[in-house]
Amino acid sequence: MSIPTDIPLPTSTGPAEPETAPSAARPAGPRTLWDRIGVRLAAGAVLPLLILIAWQITTAAELVPAYRLPGPLTVLQAGAELLERGELGLHIAISVQRVLIGFAVGSVVGLAVAAIVGLSRAGDALLNPTLAALRAVPSLAWVPLLILWLQIGEESKITLIAIGAFFPVFTTVAAALRHIDPHLVEAGRCFGLRGWSLFRTIQLPAVVPSVVSGLRLALAQAWLFLVAAELIASSMGLGFILNDSQQTGRVDRILLAIVLLALLGTVTNALLGLAEKKLLRRWT
Amino acid sequence: MIESMTSIIDAPSTSSGGHRDPGTSAAVAEHARPRPHEVRLDTVGRSFPAPGGRQVVLREVDLSVVPGEIVAVVGPSGCGKSTLLRLIAGLDRPSAGEIRIGDSPLRGTDPRTAVAFQEPRLLPWRTLEHNVALGLPRGTGKRAGRERVRELLQLVGLEHAATQRPREVSGGMAQRASLARALARSPEVLLLDEPFGALDALTRLRMQDLLLEIHAAEPTTVLVVTHDVEEALYLADRVLLLRSLREDPTSGSIARTVEVPGVRPRDRADRSLADLRVELLAGLGVHSPSTPTASAPTPSAPSASTPTEIPS
Repeated sequence: MSIPTDIPLPTSTGPAEPETAPSAARPAGPRTLWDRIGVRLAAGAVLPLLILIAWQITTAAELVPAYRLPGPLTVLQAGAELLERGELGLHIAISVQRVLIGFAVGSVVGLAVAAIVGLSRAGDALLNPTLAALRAVPSLAWVPLLILWLQIGEESKITLIAIGAFFPVFTTVAAALRHIDPHLVEAGRCFGLRGWSLFRTIQLPAVVPSVVSGLRLALAQAWLFLVAAELIASSMGLGFILNDSQQTGRVDRILLAIVLLALLGTVTNALLGLAEKKLLRRWT
Repeated sequence: MIESMTSIIDAPSTSSGGHRDPGTSAAVAEHARPRPHEVRLDTVGRSFPAPGGRQVVLREVDLSVVPGEIVAVVGPSGCGKSTLLRLIAGLDRPSAGEIRIGDSPLRGTDPRTAVAFQEPRLLPWRTLEHNVALGLPRGTGKRAGRERVRELLQLVGLEHAATQRPREVSGGMAQRASLARALARSPEVLLLDEPFGALDALTRLRMQDLLLEIHAAEPTTVLVVTHDVEEALYLADRVLLLRSLREDPTSGSIARTVEVPGVRPRDRADRSLADLRVELLAGLGVHSPSTPTASAPTPSAPSASTPTEIPS
């Protein structure tokens, strides 16, 4: 069910080099049974399967009334029914679209502001206190304001998600930029790199690992803020299913939406994890 | 070969993107490669703000380095030898005096100078060849750049490791790559800040020989800061002894200048150098127990743990 995201890859150092320094050896210990991809996939599925079985037993034995906790099959049927009516695909699509747009906008702005704050002392002094205060505002506090300003349309939701995606990227990348090895930057200056070319050649590549981990955090945060946005004012999306089903008492649909959110979040995170692994192999 | 390659790189890239045929490159080289210039320091001083007023690190440094000369700078820790190098590299500005390369005063980092530091300072995410390419002058064509990098890697004996990352190679290899990167722009002035200080004894001796080979192939002006008197005497035409201004707050920074006799490559076992070594060490406050000649270290064991190293 869950896709493992941090399987150590087989080391890609070619034939042993006579002059290779001992420190070049990967820190990873000996490969054990638990490092195999198949084993990890199976191990990750154990707990969800156990929960599923326990869920089925509880509902089949009617330990909990069905209006409180419908069985797994009922949830599946609810999903199939929505799918047949063509609604489920639409709800998922609109939610994914909001997350992706909000995530993209938030991360791009986050990267730009992080560059200003992380690279210039003036930017740091001017912007950092305000941004720290804004970060402290709980996500839901933005909703009334955004709805008043941007109406109940896509803009208000995407803005909220962008706010959610902005801060993880901004925080991680700004901190990483501040801690780049000054020796490398000085070496770059020696070879005539200035401004944009210095940023592109040294500073940006040096923080690529932080950018990626910031992006992963931002994506998780984007899903979080999506539900916050859709719960309050929407007529479509997974958050809407949650809210609507609460009012109509459809626990099966609530569970369906929760499972779908878990799956979508895991899948998008895993995709980003794959990209991260590729990047880091190239980068470090 | 190296000469001709250098000239292609050095040629102004007005026709960038265009394809130069080898026939014209020699003609371009005629006027494109200017004669290396003299490096002049006129009463250069540098002081830093400190709690109790300004702390003077360098004072009244007058120095003129002729093209192609190798000058070694030695001195006790904190005497400002690295500061001097950073000033010439344009990484720092003098608080007094002026530095000129040729006729033009130095303002910031200069494309005619190149630096190699004590640490290799290679970009960990780039292969060695791409790290070396970082040193190429701006506007170098792709193909010419690749050629030049390959040549430099050959020069420092790293052609087999071109596609390796810095973390995959030894300290000596990384330092050679760093040297190649500094050479990539065919600098008029090569500045080396304790370039072999972090290497093991044997690698250090090899690197010294490599530096001399490179200097023979591309005779640039070299200023090398070192804490190893033996290294200074082996490499340099002239050794500059700096004094620590903390102990002697009124005099200028240059305690003395020593012309090293003989021509390179020098014999590491040269007796006359042994006397000079003892003299220089005395200038650094390390005194020999007896007369210079008697106390000369046995030349058959040129290791890094020789008593010539200044404790720092």
